[in-house]
Amino acid sequence: MRRTLIRLALLTALAAAPALADSPGGRPVKLALPDGEQVYKQVCAACHLAQAQGSPDGAVPALAHNAKLATADYPISVVMKGQGGMPWFSEMLTPGQVAAVVGYVRTHFDNSYADPVAEADVKRIAAAIKGSEE
Amino acid sequence: MTDSTAPSRRDLLTMIGKVGGAAAMYQAMTALGHAAETQFTGPPVLTGAKPGASVVILGAGLAGMAAAYELQKAGYSVKILEFQDRPGGRNYSLRGGDSFTESDGTVQKVQFAPGNYLNPGPWRIPHHHKALLHYCRQFGVALEPFIQLNHNGFIHSSEAFGGKPMRYKEVATDFKGHTSELLAKAISAKALDDKLSAEDQEKLMEALRGWGVLDKNMAYTSSLKVSAQRGYDQAPGGGRNGAPTPSQIAKLQDVLDPQVWTAMSFYFSYVMQTTMFQPVGGMDMIGKAFAKKIGKIVTYNAKAVKVAQSDKGVTVSYKDVASGQMHDVSADYCVCTIPLSIISQVDMQVSPALKAAMKAVPYGGHVKIGLEFKRRFWEEDDNIYGGHSFTDQSITQLSYPNDKMFGRGPAVLLGAFARDLAGFQLAGMTPQQRIETALAQGEVFHPQYRKEYMNGVSVPWSRVPWILGCTSAWSEDNRKAHYKNLVTLDNRVVLAGEHASYYGGWMEGSILSGIDAITQIHERTQAA
Repeated sequence: MRRTLIRLALLTALAAAPALADSPGGRPVKLALPDGEQVYKQVCAACHLAQAQGSPDGAVPALAHNAKLATADYPISVVMKGQGGMPWFSEMLTPGQVAAVVGYVRTHFDNSYADPVAEADVKRIAAAIKGSEE
Repeated sequence: MTDSTAPSRRDLLTMIGKVGGAAAMYQAMTALGHAAETQFTGPPVLTGAKPGASVVILGAGLAGMAAAYELQKAGYSVKILEFQDRPGGRNYSLRGGDSFTESDGTVQKVQFAPGNYLNPGPWRIPHHHKALLHYCRQFGVALEPFIQLNHNGFIHSSEAFGGKPMRYKEVATDFKGHTSELLAKAISAKALDDKLSAEDQEKLMEALRGWGVLDKNMAYTSSLKVSAQRGYDQAPGGGRNGAPTPSQIAKLQDVLDPQVWTAMSFYFSYVMQTTMFQPVGGMDMIGKAFAKKIGKIVTYNAKAVKVAQSDKGVTVSYKDVASGQMHDVSADYCVCTIPLSIISQVDMQVSPALKAAMKAVPYGGHVKIGLEFKRRFWEEDDNIYGGHSFTDQSITQLSYPNDKMFGRGPAVLLGAFARDLAGFQLAGMTPQQRIETALAQGEVFHPQYRKEYMNGVSVPWSRVPWILGCTSAWSEDNRKAHYKNLVTLDNRVVLAGEHASYYGGWMEGSILSGIDAITQIHERTQAA
């Protein structure tokens, strides 16, 4: 069942690839992202930078010392839906990976929000997003 | 339609469009022989501009410069404010001696040999991008073929073919052969009897036999006939050892790897079809040609800070990047081409609907890595002249230079072109790590890499400070909710750029949107 789901997720990702943009060919690359730290380093750090400091002008917000992380639902929702120039990651990351990275950022980079983030939280928010779109 | 009862072609289309929606209109257009390849039918005709009418344009990329060029032609007074110290925006090229600073302060210095370059942004032009080609033709920008589909490029999957790179011609031939055999089997097993008449089944069987290169038993097997498509073990020669020997076809399980069909499907894409072009000497030849044509109307190093508007006009406040001094420019109208990924830095006095639209467009984070090698081993050793190789590793794609083939001396190969997760992963690395990754992963195709490598540069668009992203990536939902608001003249301010088009990430989209933006302004001035 899990395998089928992963396959379905992959198919969705293929279908979602912007067909018209000038993009590389080939299938979407799969990354091994075993924990929150790896998700941060290999995905989020591209824009939010290595120390979560954000871009110098603030167009990409700093995640370090960020009070908006106090409630986990907010960062989860941003990751799932995207915001401004940030793309939505609901098709690129699994709910488990989203939970892991939100948990990681909330307890690192001068943030100390210790309450755990569960995969179920991500699924709950995903369902709410889906509901609001329908 | 004033003096005749017969509707004009245009009226008819508008009517059909209203009654049946866009799809019906498109069908009708097709029937009337007018299904356009692009929406460009020629430069805009803006007659009767009011003397002294003025427009300030933010951004000297292609959208801004195309808008400026046409406005000037029509008689408008035009000024452009550009944040960088050069024209072109994403239309640019990196050459030896250039340096490039990332958003975290990391500096890369390009060390390419003279004449070599990397196009970090746009790099290929479809033959049907008529607006862009129109300006290239008009400005005398020399174009040369961009070799897109190369049957001798490689396809690599870590999960198929034992991890060995295969030539495109091998896997594409095998994919079509194996699937043809399967479909033939389904027909023989009468699985399609309720879908196809006996006559059509016969026709399809014939097609499968020819298209799939099946044998007399309708099976896909190794043979000289098949090798005439996928290549031989020993290619045909002359004289005593001239006879060819067939190659061995790959297994069905291997060719079902998604890396195979996604590559084949890539070349079917409307915007990826041959013929494609590139400017001789670097993509920035286009931006430079525009800049030359519009003349000295660009203020460089000018960072727009505020766009204020009233019923009378627009005032843009900008900061001179070097001195930090603030200045104002006033005009009747403003065309803003600043990428939406960074537009939050500008205080834009626009309607709530436009504001919401400006926040609704996410950006992709593509990465390109240019590697300079001592010689063209891909040509000399591997018989690859231009085109691409694909892999399921993070580098995603290699692309071989399309110019100066058979040349001696150093050449630059595109050692990575990555999107989505792979793009983010490469962007998150240091420049040294990116190069090391490109070398380590690219070696799968070309073991010559380490021996021939000289230097390289990586461009992670998520970290390019003046855009912090690569190209707009509209979701369908956001497109529905916000696109119209984004592209519609908001009192005296109108947005333009690839993000304000259905051709996201293409120069054609930038130019078409620039033209539509000034057409709206012109229509407004004519109505006033």
